[in-house]
Amino acid sequence: MRLDLILRVGAKLVLPFILLFALYVQFHGDYGPGGGFQAGVISAGMVILYAIIFGVHAAKRIAPPIMVEMMVPLGVAIFTGTGVASLLMGNNFLDYTGFAHDYLHAHEWGILIVEIGVLVTVCGTMVAMFYAFVQRGRS
Amino acid sequence: MNALSWGAVEPQLPILLVVIPLLGALLTTFLRNSFMAWLVATVVAFTLPFISIHLLVSVLETGQPIVYKIGNWEAPFGIVYRVDQLSGYVLSVIAIIGAVIMPFARRSVAAEIEERARSWYYTMYLLCLAGLLGIVITGDAFNAFVFLEISSLATYVLIALGKNRRALLAAYQYLIMGTIGATLYVIGVGLLYVVTGTLNFDDLASRLSAAIIDPGQRNAVVTALGFIVVGLSLKLALFPMHMWLPNAYAYAPSFATAFLAGTATKAAIYLLVRVVFSVFGVGMTLENLPIGEVVIVLSIAAMFLASISAVFETNAKRMLAYSSVAQIGYITLGIAIANQAGMTGSLAHIANHAIMKTALFLALGAVFYRVGSVLYSDISGIGRKMPLTMAAFAVAGLGLMGTPGTAGFISKWYLAVAAIDDGMYSVVFLIVASSLISVVYIGRITEVVWFREPSKAAAKAKEAPLSMLIPLWLLVGATIYLGFDTRATVGTASEAAKMLLEGVQ
Repeated sequence: MRLDLILRVGAKLVLPFILLFALYVQFHGDYGPGGGFQAGVISAGMVILYAIIFGVHAAKRIAPPIMVEMMVPLGVAIFTGTGVASLLMGNNFLDYTGFAHDYLHAHEWGILIVEIGVLVTVCGTMVAMFYAFVQRGRS
Repeated sequence: MNALSWGAVEPQLPILLVVIPLLGALLTTFLRNSFMAWLVATVVAFTLPFISIHLLVSVLETGQPIVYKIGNWEAPFGIVYRVDQLSGYVLSVIAIIGAVIMPFARRSVAAEIEERARSWYYTMYLLCLAGLLGIVITGDAFNAFVFLEISSLATYVLIALGKNRRALLAAYQYLIMGTIGATLYVIGVGLLYVVTGTLNFDDLASRLSAAIIDPGQRNAVVTALGFIVVGLSLKLALFPMHMWLPNAYAYAPSFATAFLAGTATKAAIYLLVRVVFSVFGVGMTLENLPIGEVVIVLSIAAMFLASISAVFETNAKRMLAYSSVAQIGYITLGIAIANQAGMTGSLAHIANHAIMKTALFLALGAVFYRVGSVLYSDISGIGRKMPLTMAAFAVAGLGLMGTPGTAGFISKWYLAVAAIDDGMYSVVFLIVASSLISVVYIGRITEVVWFREPSKAAAKAKEAPLSMLIPLWLLVGATIYLGFDTRATVGTASEAAKMLLEGVQ
């Protein structure tokens, strides 16, 4: 049991950087390859690595199943909410022009919010699928 | 400030048709309460027909399509939603069916779905509705694929939750076939994108005419057409690609069957018509290639072979499912004949069949609610215990046969006229002959439910509750009404047919 000391310490060292990289991919998506989908997968990868090293029960403490389950619709709600917000500002659906005074700034903001929605849903879906697989035959 | 005034809301109606069910689906996931979920789904489902009918009426008044630019991006670059006579009509059919069955849903879903899955079930229903409406309203070939997947994935869940364990297998079978169909469609769209560099239906149509003449690109275009037609034929269950349908309809929960029978295949038929007529132009597809002849032969095969399967079936839901395959044959027959009367008949039959088949499945759903089975041996004599339900079933069944005075007669009449117009007299005979087979299978179940002694299960049954009878009789009333006043179906369908056939000549 104690033989995996290197794994445990190594994982603890790596985990924050995985999350940091996920956020880098998320926010760099405007300028280069990346975006919400990739960032969502990477951040879900962090949870999955944690679960593999420390056990599923420990992982469920940092990412409770109910939270993961709610992340899936929440991300879609952020995405749709962006569109509805633009509707309420009197523009077409997903027309971000109203979000800031400057046209380009407004579109950058709009895409950023939408991508956060994508991140939340993708991360939630990946972790939920992982939980579903590791639980099979246990309950 | 005044974003909620009618003047500001009206131009946004096309997107609201998809966004409202999507928001409703989100709301039901957060509520996690089966009654609240049903309430949300009902409110959402009842707003949609008003929107779609409003859109259809304004298109018919002006004669111009309504175009909605998502994100305010111009047409070939961004995705547009486009409501014209055809899409407005199909949208209205789907939205009306989706609304009418909601009162039925509450008790039926409560009886057939376990408690913790119920609110998710309404989520899936609303997602499926959003997907089907999205397929019809979008003016973008790839966006249509995305909506096709949204509706299909939701459909697999709707089917898989059936009480019978075979529902899982049926859903799996449908998943495989549906995925193959969607893949073939997207391969075809991909080829078109390579050739033309665009995905917008209108833009594709204008660029394809140049691509067809170019001998280097012609083969790619023809291949794309083949992929798209076969892929969508799988989705709309054209014979012999219908193998997924009977089991999926038979083992799905009653509510899902009633909804899908009226709407899911209709959206795929719409997409086929849209791509074949508006994008490729009938001149290319139905004259230079034998697609028209192939579809006519397959349609006639569906009308006969599926009807004969229905005659020998002993599960009432499977019987109606086979009948659906046969009725889809009538719809594709008129589309393949491709003249004014044929298109009118086919498009009218989209609405007529949706109404009649949903009514029939609702009646069976009510029987299932009381008896717990739809096998002939279990429902024999049920007519004496549930006279109102089975009377509605009989009337809708008369419509399915094409009896004069019902909606079914109108569409078959136009199909026969279309065949005469094209000089295909044998087809007229075949339409009548296949209708006679439907007399046999509807006659057989009528004999079972009315003239036999009640079975053990049927003897204990009571009349269906009012919440089930009202939607059922509304649809049956529509079956008869549309047999006399055909302005809503044939009137709109002939406008749409004119628009489609003008576009290609």
